[in-house]
Amino acid sequence: MKLRRIALALACAGPLASAAPVPGSISDSAIQDAGYPRTLSEFGFFTGQGVTAPSDQLIGYSLRTPLFSDYAEKQRFIYVPASARISADANGALDFPVGSALIKTFGYGEGAAFRPIETRVLLRRASGWEALPYVWKPDMSDAELKLAGTRLPVTVPRASGRAQPISYAVPNKNQCKECHARSGAVVPIGPVAANMALTGKAAASLRSRTDWKGPVSLGSAPVWNDAGTGSLDARARAYLAINCAHCHNPQGSASNSGLFLNAGAAGDPVATGLYKRPVAAGRGSGGHDFAIAPGDPDRSIMVHRMSSTEPGIAMPEVGRSLVHDEGVALIREWISSLPAK
Amino acid sequence: MKRKFAAAIALMACVASTPLVARDIAVAAGPGAQERLQEALIVAQPGDVVKLGEGRFALTDGLSLDIAGVTVKGAGPDKSVLSFAGQLAAGEGLLVTSDNVVLRDFAVEDSKGDAIKSKGADNIVYHNIRVEWTGGPKETNGAYGIYPVESENVLVDSVLVIGASDAGIYVGQSRNIVVRNSIARFNVAGIEIENSFNADVHDNVATKNTGGILVFDLPNLPQQGGHNVRVFDNIVAENDTPNFAPKGNIVASVPSGTGIMVMANRDIEIFDNVFDGNGSSNIMVIGYRQKYDDAKYQPSVRNVRISDNAHGKTGFAPQFAGGEMLAAAFGGSVPPIIWDGVGGAEASIVSSDDVPVLNLGLSRSDQPIETAQPALAKLTGDAAPRLPKIAMPEAMEAAIK
Repeated sequence: MKLRRIALALACAGPLASAAPVPGSISDSAIQDAGYPRTLSEFGFFTGQGVTAPSDQLIGYSLRTPLFSDYAEKQRFIYVPASARISADANGALDFPVGSALIKTFGYGEGAAFRPIETRVLLRRASGWEALPYVWKPDMSDAELKLAGTRLPVTVPRASGRAQPISYAVPNKNQCKECHARSGAVVPIGPVAANMALTGKAAASLRSRTDWKGPVSLGSAPVWNDAGTGSLDARARAYLAINCAHCHNPQGSASNSGLFLNAGAAGDPVATGLYKRPVAAGRGSGGHDFAIAPGDPDRSIMVHRMSSTEPGIAMPEVGRSLVHDEGVALIREWISSLPAK
Repeated sequence: MKRKFAAAIALMACVASTPLVARDIAVAAGPGAQERLQEALIVAQPGDVVKLGEGRFALTDGLSLDIAGVTVKGAGPDKSVLSFAGQLAAGEGLLVTSDNVVLRDFAVEDSKGDAIKSKGADNIVYHNIRVEWTGGPKETNGAYGIYPVESENVLVDSVLVIGASDAGIYVGQSRNIVVRNSIARFNVAGIEIENSFNADVHDNVATKNTGGILVFDLPNLPQQGGHNVRVFDNIVAENDTPNFAPKGNIVASVPSGTGIMVMANRDIEIFDNVFDGNGSSNIMVIGYRQKYDDAKYQPSVRNVRISDNAHGKTGFAPQFAGGEMLAAAFGGSVPPIIWDGVGGAEASIVSSDDVPVLNLGLSRSDQPIETAQPALAKLTGDAAPRLPKIAMPEAMEAAIK
């Protein structure tokens, strides 16, 4: 009988092994157990109204070069269970223990004016990572699970001063995976030490909670739009690595394209797009011959697809309904600078 | 023994928390179809059938399925219609990324990108599906209709694809493939097997496309070295739609009026097909002609056996460079079979069809066509090995019985 109970606990570790949630703190069972909590409040990541009071168990960070998402502001947090430790490989990519969560809130407005739209959570369960999208109620009292995603009318403030109305797409659970999949399994993308920006207390917290396998280089990666942080080439590649390489790598959703924009592809110039002809691009090719025609952004498929909002042409395929004008400008400048063969 | 028993009970206890019998999850057309259908595709469990009701599902975003062993079944290709005319995002209408999925008895219309893509989805079955761009052949249509890629065991049976601006049925970078009993009309390429191994393409009708059936291999891709493809018992006729593919894509170089084109592949059999009314040529066997940088790539064609095909009127309106001159030189029409000649006798290109063969006499696949030395040729010699029939796992065949 005892044996049976142990076997049960082992085989069904999730649901049976969990502890009851403690009010006022983060719920480890909501993170680790099977099933999908219907509301964000069940996790206890935020106390009080909206997202203004994150739990002090969270480590906040931002990214030096982030993924563009319709000019949304993003608030990012890491949660690691009290007794557990993060490990970081020699490249500074963080590996989170079971029970961890990555919490990312999308919204518009800076500082106190920030208004959340949705919060996406990545939950590290024994079975692997689970990605779930939560949409905030208009009164900011809570956010509700939207497994199938949704669309919301949102007005995006632009640098030009004019506000732009869009149909904001909250991704469905599968679309989370489209970007976060490596060989079919969900993995985090952003938390790589070099690309993370943390304030003093958060940096200290992350350092102390992490077992570093290599030299710690927190915050050393180029900032895509800050020329003081790296060469044009380095900044453009950093931009492509973050915005494209989650799909465009040999284990990603775009593996069949043969266009690989992760750092590891640099040894094969064609794979990075240089004089690479389109495969399965359809009308995404825009009548151009190459992903990158060095020296000629106007004849480069990459620029054509980044400059479009039309499904079937636009890249990335999900996650934006606006063109990232500044990102396109960076890539144009970079392609212009590349020597033609 | 006792331990084994306990483990078995434990396993049963876990299984019991999920449904033991496959469920039908019915989804009706109508308001909110996007979220209702997508949610069904997310909450489905292995073995479940997501049943599409009759009617038109007006969708605004791509749909996706990532659960293994799920069947998506409609009420028929003219009754359950997934319409993407109002699509706002995503690269395809329906994306499948899980194994052992069966898609059947519904239609996908007017998707902005590809219609149905399955990627890394082994044992995928497409059956009795219609994919259509309803405005006819247009450059603004989506690229591929039925698009399995990076998969093992692909069965496409009884589908109809109309209007793809690239390929109607496109199988890429896959292994063990059957495409049969299907119709491709008014696409740039009717049926295309690309960078794939072991395929049977048979009992299909490819008509009114730019090119009927293509067997291609391209450089700079994770899987290349296409081989072992049999194309037989197909009707390949009147592929006379002007090429409407966006420039840059490889199919944009396919001349209108092409029946079957084999490019940069090896070990190919083309037999028992019926050709008629293809203005450029019935069968073209050529190497990859564009510049490339890929030491692993083999650009020329080797080991092709052509036999027992019926050749109707052909070559009367060649749409490739120098075609008119060739037609004039060879009695008013281009011969039904054209080979670029690369590799000479060692390439082992063999035809026993009772029609003339034109050998372009090229020594390299990328040699300028102006320097060709075209001549009629007898392609006899050692026939390429007879390739075995491609068989699907029994469960896949059973799924469409």
